[in-house]
Amino acid sequence: MKPKHSPARRNRTQRLGFFFLRLVAIVAVIPIIAIIAYIVYKGAPALSWEFITGFPSDGMRSGGIWPAIVGTFFLTMLCALIVAPFGIGAAVYLSEYAPDNRWTQSIRIAIINLAGIPSVVYGLFGLGLFVIFLNLGISILAGSLTLAIMTLPVIITTTEEALRAVPQSFRVVSRSVGATQWQTVRRIVLPQALPGIMTGVILGLERAAGETAPILFTAAVFFLPGLPSSVLDPTMALPYHLYVISTQVPGMSPEIQYGTALVLLIFVLGMNLVATIIRSRARARRQW
Amino acid sequence: MQVPRIKSESLITGLIKVFGYSAILFVVLIFYFLISEGFPAITEVSFSEFLKTRWYPIEDYFGILPLLVGSLVVTVGALIIAVPIGLLTAIYIAEVASPQTKEILKPLVELLGGFPSVVLGFLGLLILSQYVRQILALPTGLSALTGALLLAGIAIPSIVSISEDALDTVPKSYRDASLALGATEWQTIWWVTLPAAKSGVLTAIMLGIGRAIGETMVVLMVTGNAPMMPTGLSTLINPTRTMTATIAAEMGEVANGSTHYHVLFFIGIVLFIITLIINVFASTFVFRRKKRSERILS
Repeated sequence: MKPKHSPARRNRTQRLGFFFLRLVAIVAVIPIIAIIAYIVYKGAPALSWEFITGFPSDGMRSGGIWPAIVGTFFLTMLCALIVAPFGIGAAVYLSEYAPDNRWTQSIRIAIINLAGIPSVVYGLFGLGLFVIFLNLGISILAGSLTLAIMTLPVIITTTEEALRAVPQSFRVVSRSVGATQWQTVRRIVLPQALPGIMTGVILGLERAAGETAPILFTAAVFFLPGLPSSVLDPTMALPYHLYVISTQVPGMSPEIQYGTALVLLIFVLGMNLVATIIRSRARARRQW
Repeated sequence: MQVPRIKSESLITGLIKVFGYSAILFVVLIFYFLISEGFPAITEVSFSEFLKTRWYPIEDYFGILPLLVGSLVVTVGALIIAVPIGLLTAIYIAEVASPQTKEILKPLVELLGGFPSVVLGFLGLLILSQYVRQILALPTGLSALTGALLLAGIAIPSIVSISEDALDTVPKSYRDASLALGATEWQTIWWVTLPAAKSGVLTAIMLGIGRAIGETMVVLMVTGNAPMMPTGLSTLINPTRTMTATIAAEMGEVANGSTHYHVLFFIGIVLFIITLIINVFASTFVFRRKKRSERILS
């Protein structure tokens, strides 16, 4: 069969096509860099010791954001404590124990669905179960529990991937010298997969730290005169604070708004960076 | 010595199994609480009332149709922008870019995926909506279009990341065979690699839809939040209001157990079911692909 077009024309099409693809990729990526650069540029002047460690004053129009930083830190840490055993345990089950049957299939479908539920629906669920039914009230605990269930699918999926990456031969050798399945998991598989698991957990928490909708009706409040004293207290949080000062407070200075956005971005992208570093260092050191 | 070891072994195995099944438990719990808080709405407000076109809870008008349409409009708008850009970027990263460029581009796009949506909403409110207002000479820049533009930014990372993975898993032998037959790389991409990765690409698009329809903060902040029924093409440049934004904006102000409260949970059920259908669809694409590749290998 004769080719429809001459080689020269096909080459020209390809060059034009590749040029177009490159152009689209640039269009997709430039806004990302621009957004980060712009927030840093506008927010950096606001960053000062008083801004980080001070309390909001004058109806949020001046002062700092310390209670929001502390609140987001506590929400994220408590979420980690709750979700890590569930997420890692579930991943160990799926990767090391689960038989390939309908039940395991339905666990996987459940995880896919958890991952797809909108964050505001998690907020509704947290309100119904934790705040009202379990009577925890609007509190750090209720918010962290809600965030924990929301981040569970991320952590299960990434941890399972890390566990599956450990070569099968490691398990075979361990079992052949008489170790039980759990001993193999605890002494061989989990330590080998640890960097991957940590990356997954941090990426899950990154999402928890940046989300607003799940804590809207479960944990966050507009303003608190002091720091929360227990996990049953409500709290301020960075994402919610940014929402409040950009939509609910008239006459806000843009400097404080951009400063808050920058701190939130540093928080979240900092976690992303830590996860990336752990992953690449582990890859470099890996012997298999 | 043997007995306690076996005992603790079976204990730990049981515990791990419980963790494994917890995902199913949570899905059931979520569904149960949405139903138990949302179902009373059907008896308190008649079902036909829901399908009316006026949402004005203060006077007991609970027509959720404008909210449903609002969600649909911004999601479709977002997809019209995000699918071509996302897919072409994925093709560029997977098939054309040099390894070094790939190393930079992919993490950068995934970085956008990790952006807190409230930050995007904030920038949309302060900057993007101003441009939209000036360029289109509108009375307000808080419109469905502004929401769709930002939602596209939220959907693109999912679409790029998952499509790129799908393109990446197409065996090299497919491409080699195509090139050996005299096809150019450009032809190979469109006639061989992309069709082979079709199911993964479809999954990526479905998950992009799921992210866009479920996103809350961005649409709450930039779409103007006016529950209006569409009136032709101008819908796109008018303010609109989505289901997610309605829940987020109003749940804080309603009394627990009131009709309004139940109706907001009912909207939650609608959202839950929509995303459930999207995700089941997306995952059947994945499962089907697996089965086909198993067939080829066996």
